[in-house]
This record gives sequence, structure tokens and C-alpha cells, in this order.
Amino acid sequence: MRDVAIIGTGEIPVDEHWTTGIRHLMLEAGLSAMRDANIESVDALYVGNMLSGEIVGQSHLGALAVDFMGLDNAEAFKVEAACASGSAALRVGTMAVASGLLDLVLVLGVEKMTDTSGQETSAALAGAADAEYEVSQGISFVALNALLMQRYMYDYGWKREDFANFAITAHANGANNPFAMFQRPISAEMYARSPIIATPVGLMDASPICDGAAAVVLAPAEFARALSPAPVKIKASAVGMAPLAVHDRKDPLALEAARISSRKAYAQAGIKPEDLDFFELHDAFTIMAALSLEAAGFAERGKGVQLALDNEISLKGRVPMATMGGLKARGHPVGATGIYQVVEAVMQLRGLAGANQIPGARLGMTQNIGGSGATVITHIFEAMS
Amino acid sequence: MTTKVADDWRLRGQRYRLEGERCEHCGEMIFPPRDICPACKKPTKTTHTLSGRGEVYTYSTVLSAPQGFEVYAPYTVAIIKLEEGPMITAQLTDVASADIEIGMPVEMVTRRIRTQGDDGPITYGYKFRPVFLGQGAE
Ligand SMILES: [Zn+2]
Repeated sequence: MRDVAIIGTGEIPVDEHWTTGIRHLMLEAGLSAMRDANIESVDALYVGNMLSGEIVGQSHLGALAVDFMGLDNAEAFKVEAACASGSAALRVGTMAVASGLLDLVLVLGVEKMTDTSGQETSAALAGAADAEYEVSQGISFVALNALLMQRYMYDYGWKREDFANFAITAHANGANNPFAMFQRPISAEMYARSPIIATPVGLMDASPICDGAAAVVLAPAEFARALSPAPVKIKASAVGMAPLAVHDRKDPLALEAARISSRKAYAQAGIKPEDLDFFELHDAFTIMAALSLEAAGFAERGKGVQLALDNEISLKGRVPMATMGGLKARGHPVGATGIYQVVEAVMQLRGLAGANQIPGARLGMTQNIGGSGATVITHIFEAMS
Repeated sequence: MTTKVADDWRLRGQRYRLEGERCEHCGEMIFPPRDICPACKKPTKTTHTLSGRGEVYTYSTVLSAPQGFEVYAPYTVAIIKLEEGPMITAQLTDVASADIEIGMPVEMVTRRIRTQGDDGPITYGYKFRPVFLGQGAE
């Protein structure tokens, strides 16, 4: 097995891209990553995407992408694992290069979510849950997170306001990211006043529906320095799984798939959680941020919220998260999210994160959650320059 | 999202009677039927109907509903821990959302889950309502 490195990244602003179709979202992000990597062709293109069939009416994204990007000799297909689709595509690309089968792989994440009404998009997103036994009962994605948050508050005695700092931190960081959907800070009062969408989850607990595309170029680490002035090595790539439906998990608040995925990733990289300079976690909802911090070993059960209250999740804290806005403020274009996380991690490790730069960052982790925690994919990255 | 008539028919044993399975190898109670026991991973085929009694593990009142459920909002969804062990996701009924508590005893009832326009299929299934212990106690 060969070590794999990222030699180029690209992203487009996360937004409501009414004037741009899904093919051009892919094209802009993909070509931007290839320009950054200074290459003109690739052996393969893997596209992480969840909802193109449901929302855009376009399946077969791999063929569409290579066709419109003019990548005639590249093989291509879509990889789907709900909101973890982007990281799943990265995992596939990493395996292809690590195995020696392919040398240059473009991994894209893309999602177009704003061409339909909010209700339609929300119904499509619910497909990440168990269609016969959760969705059929009127469950939305928000409701699943609300069920987890309600029980968490009951078990550990937290109040809704205690989660505010997850959203406030994400927005503070998003304010300095020109690619973020929301580039303005929010206050505790704005969090408290935001409308409730499914008790106890409010609008400010949830990440927005949006469009986006991001891409990275992979190459064997042994050639990476010749190709790129600042390559980043993929130190770990690990997947954890749990039952699809929340009600089928023995301990729903344990986020067992994240625990497994993190543990495997630490073992591959030969590190401990405290060795990481930052953690781009999956803050689709504030409760997910708390549960992720616990599952990844940064806090004991029920204490994830305490890290937020103590400001340990800020850029200067012990576990900086959402360093470029996270899912909450940068936005959560579901199938693209995992790749946005990686593009931002690479930015930190190359020292290009501007006002949000974590000084001397060498080692970072991304974690991408599919559904309410059935698939969790973790990657660890290390600066090579 | 549209409910398919075939689903309603195929799942009638679960939706109307809470038909699950009991693993003949390890005794695990299973809902919905899986045919592979999640505890011991052995094949299991023994149908076992659950009592429909349990307690609220967690709940949420949905104010912003997904497509197909807008007309019902606000409604309360819950995860119920059934007395035999499995958990199930369902709506709560016959109770004001302010009166719902974690740990509250509930029982299954059959109710209309949703309609799809004037001509579409009507889906029936399980919901859960509070159990009033004794006669009018509580
Ligand atoms: Zn068994």
C-alpha cells in the first residue's frame, strides 16, 4: 500500500446558486482543484452526492462530470452515503491510489438543494433515515436530531441555551470565510430567539439547505512533492457503521459509528485525540457537534456541551472546530460537505486560512456523518511541507 | 414523498399488529422483522406479535413538517421503548404536547397516519397514546 497525498483543492462559494446548474457547479470546483494541482488530466473522477436523482432529476453524475470537464480518459462514478457521500468518495479515491491501481484521482463533492421547495428538499433528505419505519411516521431529519437532543438534555441536565456556543463559534469563524454561506456573527440572544422547528431544535441549531461543490486531487505521496509545493498527506481514512434507524441503536446517544470510525483513524495515524490541532466535525445540528466531540474522545459522555461552554472549541481553544464556519455557517450542501471539510483542513495545514489560521497547524481531522449517525467517515491529514 | 400502496400492503402486519420476531437462538425480541437476529446474527423466522405497551424514550413536537405531513403540523413524534425491549418510532396521539414526558407509559393504537389528496391512498398504522394507570388515576 502506498501513502496518498492531496496535491490540489478547489471550492465554490456555498450559496443558493439559482443561476448555475449541477454540471457547472462540478465543473467549477473540479477545474479549480486541477489548476491548483497543476494537472490537466486524471485517471479517475469520483463524485460524492446524495440527492441529484431526487432533486435535480439527474443520476449518472460521473458520466456527466467527465463529459463536461473534457476528462475523456478518466473513469467516473457517483458514491452515495447520505450526508457522508463526499467523504465516502474520498475514501474510494484514497483506496484507488493507495492500492497502486491509479495515480491521479479527482474527488468531487456536489449538491444542488435549492431548485425545489424547502418541504420537498426536506422530504428528500429524510431518505437518509429508515423510509419504512422512521420517515413513514412523519419524521424529518430535523426531528431525528431533535429526538436525540431532547434525550441528551434529559439524561445530562443541559438546557437548550447551553448549546448556543456551537452555533456562535461556527458563525464567528464563517465571518472570515469568503466561501461561507453565512459570513456574519450571531449573538447568544439571536440563538435564544431563533424559531423552534422541532422541539427542542431551533433554526440556529441547524445547518442551512444550500448548493455547493468542492474538489481535491489525490496522488501517491512519493510523487506529491514534485507535483505540489505544499502537499498534505492522508494519514488515516476510516469508516464506522451503526444501525440505520436511531431506534435500532442500543444506545442512541453513544454515536457508536463515530466512536468506531475515530478509534480506527487514530490507530492508523498512530496518534491520540490530543495530538490534533483541529477537528472539522459534522455540526449539522448542535447536538451532533456535542455527540461527535464525545465519540471522538474529546469529552466524556454528556460533557461535549461543556467544551462549548468553556470556549474550548474556538480557534484558540483545546479543540478548534468549524474553523471556516463548519456546516452551520459555511453551509451543508450534503454530498459536498465532506469535501469542503477536507479543502478547509488542507487550507489550515498549508497555512492559508487567513484570519482563521491556527498557528503552526500540522495535524487535522475531518469527520463526516451520514444520516443521524449510521455511516461515519473520518480522515486525518498531516502537512508535508 | 409519496406513500406507495405496495408498501402499505406489504407492511400491514407491522403497521396494524406490531408483528416482529423472537429469535429462536438467543431469545432477542425483534421489531421490525429482519430474519437475521441483530444480537446473535443467526437466521430467525419466528413471528412474535408485540404487546404495544411501552414508555416514551424521547419525543419532539414537529412544527416545520416535511412534504406530505404539512397539514398535520404541529404533531409529536417519539421513540417508544416497548416492554419487550425493541424501540419504535411513532407519533403520539390523544395527548397535549405540554403533557408529554420522557418515561411516560404509552400503548399502541391504530390511527390514520396520512392521506394523499382526495383520491390518493389513506395510510393507517400505529400511533401511541398515554396509558392511564388504574381508572382515571394520574
Ligand atoms: Zn438471536
